[in-house]
Amino acid sequence: MAKYTLKRFGLMLLTLFIITTVTFFLVRMLPGTPLANEEKLPAEIRDQILTQYGLKDPLYIQYFKFMGNLVQGDLGMSLSQSGRSVNELLSDRIGPSAIIGFQGILIGIVVGLLLGIAAALKRGTWVDSLASATAVFGVSIPNFVLAGLLSYWIGVKFALLPPALWGGYEFTILPSLALSVYVIAQVSRYIRTEMVEVLDQDYIRTAKAKGLAWRKIVTNHALRNAMIPAVTVLGPLTVNILTGSLVVENIFGIPGVGNLFVESIMVNDYTTVLGTTIFYSVLFLGVTFIVDVLYGIIDPRIRISGVKE
Amino acid sequence: MRKNRWFLFTAIILVLSMVLTACGGGSDDASKNTLVLTDKSEPPNLDSAKSTDQVSFQILTNALEGLMRLDKNQKPVPGIAESYKLSSDKLTYTFHLRDAKWSDGKAVTAQDFEYAWKRALNPKTASQYAYILEPVKNAMEYNAGTAKPEDVGVKALDEKTLQVTLKAPSPYFLELTAFATFMPQRQDIVEKYGDKFALEAANMVYNGPFSIDKWEHGVSVHMVKNNHYWDSKNVKLANAEVKFLKEESTRVNLYKTNKIDFTEITKDFADAFKSSPERTVLKESSAWYIEFNQREGFFKNKKLRQAIELAIDKQTLTNQILKTGSVAAGGLVPPDIHANVNEKFRDVSKAPVMYDPKKAKQLWEEGLKEEGLTSSVKIELVGDDTTNSKDQMEYVSDQLQKNLGLKITISPVTFKERLQRGKDGNFQMLFSGWGADYNDAMSYLDIFTTGQSYNRGKWSNAEYDALIKKSKNNPDFEARVQDLIKAEKILIDDQGIAPLYYRTRLSLLKPYVKGAIWNTTWGFYDFKGASVDGK
Repeated sequence: MAKYTLKRFGLMLLTLFIITTVTFFLVRMLPGTPLANEEKLPAEIRDQILTQYGLKDPLYIQYFKFMGNLVQGDLGMSLSQSGRSVNELLSDRIGPSAIIGFQGILIGIVVGLLLGIAAALKRGTWVDSLASATAVFGVSIPNFVLAGLLSYWIGVKFALLPPALWGGYEFTILPSLALSVYVIAQVSRYIRTEMVEVLDQDYIRTAKAKGLAWRKIVTNHALRNAMIPAVTVLGPLTVNILTGSLVVENIFGIPGVGNLFVESIMVNDYTTVLGTTIFYSVLFLGVTFIVDVLYGIIDPRIRISGVKE
Repeated sequence: MRKNRWFLFTAIILVLSMVLTACGGGSDDASKNTLVLTDKSEPPNLDSAKSTDQVSFQILTNALEGLMRLDKNQKPVPGIAESYKLSSDKLTYTFHLRDAKWSDGKAVTAQDFEYAWKRALNPKTASQYAYILEPVKNAMEYNAGTAKPEDVGVKALDEKTLQVTLKAPSPYFLELTAFATFMPQRQDIVEKYGDKFALEAANMVYNGPFSIDKWEHGVSVHMVKNNHYWDSKNVKLANAEVKFLKEESTRVNLYKTNKIDFTEITKDFADAFKSSPERTVLKESSAWYIEFNQREGFFKNKKLRQAIELAIDKQTLTNQILKTGSVAAGGLVPPDIHANVNEKFRDVSKAPVMYDPKKAKQLWEEGLKEEGLTSSVKIELVGDDTTNSKDQMEYVSDQLQKNLGLKITISPVTFKERLQRGKDGNFQMLFSGWGADYNDAMSYLDIFTTGQSYNRGKWSNAEYDALIKKSKNNPDFEARVQDLIKAEKILIDDQGIAPLYYRTRLSLLKPYVKGAIWNTTWGFYDFKGASVDGK
């Protein structure tokens, strides 16, 4: 097990290294420079500013400098917001992203679970059809479309919640809902399938025969067993929330990491683009790593084949 | 089975309660006397010596004040300077400062100005807008490292007197002193915070109508009336806020729900608000035109250049394609540029919009004959790869095809590539634009002198060059305007460029917002005298 984990960890670092390297060179291919009014700036002043930013060094030197700092956990200084470090910018922005991300997952799991259970228990009835329809809707509607619809209908037409902006708890609801729909869809489908299978098992019949209360059977026996495989779907879902937040944060004007990422690309802020990319990659890879390890624990077959490789 | 129903019921209640508990709060009637504006992104910093963007300019103009301030006609009126004297050779300004205070109660001194201007010019500051100080003697030399700071033509004679020496007489210098880069800075504050100066609301001091009390990064900058400001009795708003929102549809949603009082809109929303009185045109100093590559061959022929200009219907281009209030152009200098204290350049020198497909066709054929070419000639039009730019290029190409039978290849390229191709002369026709750095025709006309890097088509005219050169040192400002008018006529008559339109932008502004002044040169609101009565 330790060997398997170690190997996974090594692969994770390698992936991170490749992502960082590729991104480093890719951002340089963005048209323009981080300078705001490049076209009007006298050439000698332009060169002088670029030298100060360290952008006049040969690219490979810049790359080694960047990697050296990165190893020490320093993402460098922002090029568009002079005086602020990327670490600082990120830590300012993590809060809002974390709140809507966490709420999105929470709502998604709770509602998805309830919907999945209801569908399994009421197999073939309107409840089941409603759950399927919800799932199809949730998977097929991109969250930015949904975000726009929520903002317009709930925010503007019915004026129940703020259509955008950031301020208090009420501002987190719509973005969290927009993010949660995909999770609801996935979790409810997963739980339904598992539950249906579990409910047909002999031990459920035994429990019934024993005269156990139906609610107890569902919660203690059926649901618990149905949830084991469903846990594994959480990894990919977290990742989905992360990528979804890029657009959703922009639509709702939330000062999160996604918003920072989009902004930094627009102004060619190389270091901030890199910093946010690395941040997302670490999260993505971290979640994948944990899920990989969990898979190994839950299903020994994966671990063994992994080692043989 | 009853139990199941219970289960379902609780599920529904749970979901509903989550949504409903949220509906509670949200009411916000703390202060109605607040103007709420929006911008696309937040200022990178609020260091007036370094700022380069409209968001920063807007906040700085309202939180700081320079020697002058611009009134609603964009004329300079006394700001921190109570009065000034101009020497007879028009080279030395002596400004007398009034008793003004910073938000921490200290006096605003002439030294604060000298310090700020020299700091912007200091090569170590790496200011990207330092070149705006160009009219000041030795400013650019110090910025480039070839002169010492003490050589720069700005000097505090005492606490209340600032002497500025110009390198040449300048009719627009006084206006410039209202601009962000010319605003005062406090040496003690700048040095106290070092790298962190003006990165947070608390890391700076204010001498303008408002002071910033809260800067929530990525969200908004919130300002309150500055009671230390010398003219605070004429400041009507208690608060002003600029919120940062990238998504246009989000901004429009917030506008509709009265959460914000102002937002810019693009042509995507232009039709939706077509009949709304709240749709407002924001004037800009920005001219757009086609540059012809006159290095060799084809477009060296004047008739061919003229034919292109005459074959494009500019009115339809602005009304049907641009849709944001832009005005069809017959010249280079936009309508809001001043000629003198009382008149606009465009009023003194009318430049009629030209469109005559018949004459265009005739000139085109004559030109082709002169060059020994047939009508199957192929021409490339290079421009930006934004949707907006592509739409315009397609329209232009359509017009030329229809009116001249000319086949155009459209090449939408990235901004960087457009600059590069312009520089290398790797184009036949180039879609270009220019925004003024200061409110004077010179800002535009200067770029088409021989050898200037923005004169990408390499149009060249000796008389034009002489007029521009003379105007740069002419202390007789009335004669100077006449020279500039003559110069523009030469450029247009010789079809050095084909003018297309003077750009403007669109916005939504609540009807109760009164007295906010739109700065046409740099494009932002000064809300010193604004009010929101009846909000």
